[in-house]
Amino acid sequence: MSLQVPYHTKANGGAGGATKAVILVGGASRGTRFRPLSLDVPKPLFDVAGHPIIWHCLTAVAKVPSIHEVYLIGYYDESVFRDFIKDAAHEFPQLTIKYLREYQALGTAGGLYHFRDIILKGRPERLFVLNSDVCCSFPLGEMLRLFEEKDAEAVIMGTRVSEDAATNFGCIVSDAHTRRVLHYVEKPESHISNLINCGVYLFATEAIFPSIRTAIKRRTDRPNRLIRYPSAENLESSFFAQQAADEDDEESEKRSEVIRLEQDILSDMADSKQFFVYETQDFWRQIKTAGSAIPANALYLQNAWQNGSPELAQPQPNHIIAPVFIHPTARVDPTAKLGPNVSIGPRAVVGAGARVKESIVLEDSEIKHDACVLYSIIGWNSRVGAWARVEGTPTPVTSHTTSIIKNGVKVQAITILGKECAVGDEVRVQNCVCLPFKELKRDVANEVIM
Amino acid sequence: MKALILVGGFGTRLRPLTLTMPKPLVEFGNKRMILHQIEALAAAGVTDIVLAVNYRPEIMEKYLAEYEKQFGINITISIENEPLGTAGPLKLAEEVLRKDDTPFFVLNSDVTCEYPFKELATFHKAHGDEGTIVVTKVEEPSKYGVVVHKPNHPSRIDRFVEKPVQFVGNRINAGIYILNPSVIDRIELRPTSIEQETFPAMVKDGQLHSFDLEGFWMDVGQPKDFLTGTCLYLSSLTKKGSKELAPTTLPYVYGGNVLIDPSAKIGKNCRIGPNVTIGPNVVVGDGVRLQRCVLLENSKVKDHAWVKSTIVGWNSTVGKWARLENVTVLGDDVTIGDEIYVNGGSVLPHKTIKANVDVPAIIM
Repeated sequence: MSLQVPYHTKANGGAGGATKAVILVGGASRGTRFRPLSLDVPKPLFDVAGHPIIWHCLTAVAKVPSIHEVYLIGYYDESVFRDFIKDAAHEFPQLTIKYLREYQALGTAGGLYHFRDIILKGRPERLFVLNSDVCCSFPLGEMLRLFEEKDAEAVIMGTRVSEDAATNFGCIVSDAHTRRVLHYVEKPESHISNLINCGVYLFATEAIFPSIRTAIKRRTDRPNRLIRYPSAENLESSFFAQQAADEDDEESEKRSEVIRLEQDILSDMADSKQFFVYETQDFWRQIKTAGSAIPANALYLQNAWQNGSPELAQPQPNHIIAPVFIHPTARVDPTAKLGPNVSIGPRAVVGAGARVKESIVLEDSEIKHDACVLYSIIGWNSRVGAWARVEGTPTPVTSHTTSIIKNGVKVQAITILGKECAVGDEVRVQNCVCLPFKELKRDVANEVIM
Repeated sequence: MKALILVGGFGTRLRPLTLTMPKPLVEFGNKRMILHQIEALAAAGVTDIVLAVNYRPEIMEKYLAEYEKQFGINITISIENEPLGTAGPLKLAEEVLRKDDTPFFVLNSDVTCEYPFKELATFHKAHGDEGTIVVTKVEEPSKYGVVVHKPNHPSRIDRFVEKPVQFVGNRINAGIYILNPSVIDRIELRPTSIEQETFPAMVKDGQLHSFDLEGFWMDVGQPKDFLTGTCLYLSSLTKKGSKELAPTTLPYVYGGNVLIDPSAKIGKNCRIGPNVTIGPNVVVGDGVRLQRCVLLENSKVKDHAWVKSTIVGWNSTVGKWARLENVTVLGDDVTIGDEIYVNGGSVLPHKTIKANVDVPAIIM
């Protein structure tokens, strides 16, 4: 996909000199902001640009020659990733993929530490840690090169965002010349830097595990130290009283056993370790809310298009405006017009004269003739009637939020139909989120339909 | 016989259409509003028609000359230098209206109905008094001026009650009258109202009767009512079994009441109706859904668009997969981009719309 510069580590091929990767997948009690889609499919397995979100992480990992073992760490049920891992084993034969289940949420660092014996088996020198809820080109090779060049103990991937957006993320202050990380603050109250944490790390195994141990020790020694991080909490407070729910999550994670990379490890590393930042010039976006699947879909499709991926549909005037992904089992009428940035899932049907743009149409759903679907996600097995219009609102390319203000009210920019919803013939649905199994017979706008 | 049509001003209520065309020339059911009236008057034996206007109607002259020839009648334009209300114009046009002793018709140009001029004249002559006003029954009389008859008389008017709070009747003034020339003596040449001044005086003298209108009636002075009036008009054509309507056996006609000019082109897999008027040289693309709308001359609706409760102005274009609804009115030569949604937009002439209009708005 991306230009692969041959890379040889000092210890490549040597016993125990390998790199391993961990993909943090979270659990069902997280990812509530991804509702209504996460009501039916765990967020990491949601299809974006024709593949599960974690498949995109795995593809990047598979391109690093020194990686042979990948762990998915989370607290979903074991069965959740079984089929995915089976399929991935075929697709990425060089990788051994294992799911490591936390029985309680241990925090991103806590989880790593809990499984340290498994991870450290075979004495890997380096460990990539990828958050599964980001969408980017995962320039792991470049991070690895910087790591070697600087003889680093940690490399974090960073990106520049607008000043007002920066405080919603972890902010990195770095030396412009050496790229050394000087200071790290998670979601600061005031402006610190517009270089933010992308949630992709490369650690020396010799540095990260001792750092986590130190953090745990500090926590046990001073258990009453209440860590009050300034929290401009959510980038998007949203419909499902989400803020409250997330704060509950946060509270539970502040219990002693929960250790998070962002809050508990990185700022210490900035003080004491050889910690560098790799600043990506490529795309980067969070996948938090369900609506953020639309920009992620667009970015992954554009990336695939730019790299000449054979998976994408061939452009055709008045029919396919690239990039478009159409699953081989989907049926699209030749008079329909799709794209740009459209993914059509398995067995989906798009009727005559239908229009689909900037949208994801999931498995087994149907768009009837002359219907129009813009900036929307059509859930599994849903129906959009003839001449219906299902429409979201485009957000600026540079925006890291998926909600917009309409008539003074915050609404979801992307329209989302959950599983098995139906939109009647000629009905218009705009800026709505529709929970599973609902039938929409009248025009609706700016609503959550329970 | 003679008639006076009260046209009045620029028809600002029917903007943006009337920014391009004076109201009497706007097509209603594919026929200019004034032509509906001239046709019905000529059919009832009217030979002299006065149009009372208060603007320079250059553009109208050409059409009127054509109609004079077509119907063998005289049409005079009576221009008010200042608006004279609804009665003043009668005095101003005295010369024509008084040319003989026969009664004359007066009608409001905004009103559409099945004009009952012949029956009205017969009825008027039969009662022998000075005036007769056409009345129509309405569901909510409290919004109008209601006509109350003399006790034990079927037609002689006793009084008018403006916006009654108590039910006194449901017949309202339909804006169509027949009056004897002597009524002009009751009017001074100044801005005056026929409803407020002349009629009450006639009622006092027992000289005013009412005549019940059969069928539909609508004041089509503004877009919302223009659309409703079109529906009523098309329904009346259906009722009469008019050959002008598109036969419901056509595959794309849905629910009837569809009027299509023979020069219009309709694409494949459309669903059109009910209550649609398509004007001359209009082009409708494939897979288009039209209902309760009016497409004026030379307009174009591209493939897969969805149009409801909308007036598409002359020479305008509606893009592919566009959706127009909720009394959207496009002026002359407006372009709506592909995939655009317009909810109750009033779009002035020569505009191109490239972003959604989510809430009713005037697009300058």
